Amino acid sequence: MKISIERAALLKAVSQAQSVVERRNTIPILANVLIEAEGNDVQFRATDLDIEVVDKAPAMVERAGATTVSAVTLHEIVRKLPDGSMVTLSEDGAAGRLTVTAGRSNFNLATLPKEDFPVMASSEYHSNFSAPAPVLRRLFDKSKFAISTEETRYYLNGVYMHIAEGEGGRVLRCVATDGHRLARIDAELPEGAEDMPGVIVPRKTVGELRKLLEDDEMKIAVSVSETKVRFATPDITLTSKVIDGTFPDYSRVIPQGNTKKMEVDAADFAKAVDRVATVSSERSRAVKLALDEDRLVLSVNAPDSGAAEEELAVAYGDERLEIGFNAKYLLEIASQVDRENAVFLFNSAGDPTLMREGNDTSAVYVVMPMRV
Amino acid sequence: MDALCRDCLNSFDAKPGGLLRCPACRSPRCIAHAELNTLSIAHMDCDAFYASVEKRDNPELAAKPVIIGGGRRGVVSTACYIARIRGVRSAMPMFQALKLCPEAVVIKPRMEAYVEASRAIRQMMEEMTPGIEPLSLDEAFLDLTGTARLHGHPPAWMLARLTRRMKTELGLTGSIGLSHNKFLAKVASDLDKPHGFSVIGVAETAAFLKDKPVRMIWGVGAATQAALEKAGIRTFTDLLRWDRTDLVARFGSMGDRLWHLARGEDRRRVSANAPVKSISKETTFNEDTGDADLLDGHLWRLSEQVADRAKAKGIEGRVVVLKLRRADFTTLSRRLSLRDPAQLADTIYRTARGLFDGVGDQGPYRLIGVGIADLTPESNGAATGDLLDPDASRRGQAERATDEIRKRFGPDAILKGRALR
Repeated sequence: MKISIERAALLKAVSQAQSVVERRNTIPILANVLIEAEGNDVQFRATDLDIEVVDKAPAMVERAGATTVSAVTLHEIVRKLPDGSMVTLSEDGAAGRLTVTAGRSNFNLATLPKEDFPVMASSEYHSNFSAPAPVLRRLFDKSKFAISTEETRYYLNGVYMHIAEGEGGRVLRCVATDGHRLARIDAELPEGAEDMPGVIVPRKTVGELRKLLEDDEMKIAVSVSETKVRFATPDITLTSKVIDGTFPDYSRVIPQGNTKKMEVDAADFAKAVDRVATVSSERSRAVKLALDEDRLVLSVNAPDSGAAEEELAVAYGDERLEIGFNAKYLLEIASQVDRENAVFLFNSAGDPTLMREGNDTSAVYVVMPMRV
Repeated sequence: MDALCRDCLNSFDAKPGGLLRCPACRSPRCIAHAELNTLSIAHMDCDAFYASVEKRDNPELAAKPVIIGGGRRGVVSTACYIARIRGVRSAMPMFQALKLCPEAVVIKPRMEAYVEASRAIRQMMEEMTPGIEPLSLDEAFLDLTGTARLHGHPPAWMLARLTRRMKTELGLTGSIGLSHNKFLAKVASDLDKPHGFSVIGVAETAAFLKDKPVRMIWGVGAATQAALEKAGIRTFTDLLRWDRTDLVARFGSMGDRLWHLARGEDRRRVSANAPVKSISKETTFNEDTGDADLLDGHLWRLSEQVADRAKAKGIEGRVVVLKLRRADFTTLSRRLSLRDPAQLADTIYRTARGLFDGVGDQGPYRLIGVGIADLTPESNGAATGDLLDPDASRRGQAERATDEIRKRFGPDAILKGRALR
């Protein structure tokens, strides 16, 4: 194999691949990226056995072929090469080394046989549709903060992407929860997605997917089966196993009868929460919200570190209410609001609270209070 | 040379080389040591504590071999000195102990009595110093540094008085080790058991340790011993040959400790409240069992015991541990980190149950244990509720209410059905 490729194109392709590779590997080949050169393209393939990413870049292929080298090392080298340089990758099958040359720099990397590289078995996808990058970006960005890291409830370690009955008909919906908070984000149902099976997209996949969604004009091809999900742009294909488990029935968790409504400027609210939380104890991070007639008093009282209080003008017309939350959770849901005021719907100090943006029900958040 | 009579507490000056007898009461139970009145770190270890309490409370047992331990399948927790002559040792399986000493009287432990006796001893020690580090019910480190002026007597005298008071007021004997650090004090208390008093001074430390086996070190068990032996280290003399850096490179932080111990150095302080690192309870069955219901019942009762201790100490644990020992003595252990630290029996049980279900081995088992680790101070229920498990908070409230009822009406006032399995 011998190819020449522009450094910027190489860096982009390799960095996507190396981020999938796990830093600590017990199986050596999994630390490597599979480089395959043919025609006018070179492909970089990396996997952790759950996720596979294939990144294609245009290259001058002098001699077709394939090999594998350490993804991290290759990425580091390319990153350090001067911008605009032309990089040559050449492999001499007999020596078992890959030579990377750029200008006067010359590297010799150990390789592992391409036959050892595990290629993810292709699968039959039930459902294929395409969705604009900004739509998917919104669905995952607004829900991923609520993904659980608890190993006991592994089925919560991802975003549940499925078709659901929204207020105005069927929608493409993403839900994530860790039991303390929940995010439910809806998007218009893309054509062809009607029969999509619901899948739990793992946390790491959500992170990798994000890199495909930067370009506003991009259309993303989505393929879903019971066991796998695939997101593809013309250059990058991200295939991932989905979490083998049943996502809990979240609908009964979303409060329907919360009537005590508070409307507040989300940015002001977040800043105030952040300020008072400065004195809260490391562990509990509890912030108390005291509501009374268009007035919100945020307070923290941590016996061993101090106390803080801040008043905020809000729209609230219901009876007096005191309720406590973990400051981090309040900050996270408040930061999801970007256009209108945040609307909080409370029931009592012990019941889950609902938050949405203005009257928009396409993004709904639920957060559990804590006793203060 | 400074000398002290342990019977009449007479301090006197002993002529080196002569027969050591108290000039006042003629008792031979005297100690003479050049550093007797300057050393201040001590280790007090009761002699065959549980057995001694039993013999005290039932004088008929005085001349009989007594073994404290649970059931035929249990292990010996304490053997009296008569039983020890026959070869019975602590932690020995009961069947083996009974083979060695068939006429032994086996008594189920009466923890309340031992706790009571331990408390009385503790009270005596508290009159001597605030620097007490209890290791268990029957042994403790004492730091008597700087108390000589207050008491008008050096530490050695106070310690001799302690064992005399234990004997006369409580009818129990203990052995004292007096030295200049914890390691040597603990070693010393074991030298002259029972009812002994041993001193290891600064001057003779090196000579004393020379050629002593390293397994003497508290904390060096079979595994460490094997590792040390692989490196050719059997005695302190072997240890002295090693460079500090080499020891650290080979044994990590333990290596550094060994390097210091080899020179008789131990900088650990006697700390009154050494932090608890984990809480666990286990039980050995009368017969090996794979019965899921039975194991479940044990799991619940053990979880409850662990929770009781956690509640009493005001701590909770981030990690739940399950331990199982198979019939062939191989041991399995499983642990799981929780997002929110656990204190409730309900949470501990549910987590341990999940671990148990994940083991995928039908048994039979001879032992099951449950514990919590990675402890933190309790948060007093400031935790956030669980959206997906709305009953959790109600179960928590129910458990707290149960605790209140038990406090007023006794531990058996209210039980879960599964506790009866």
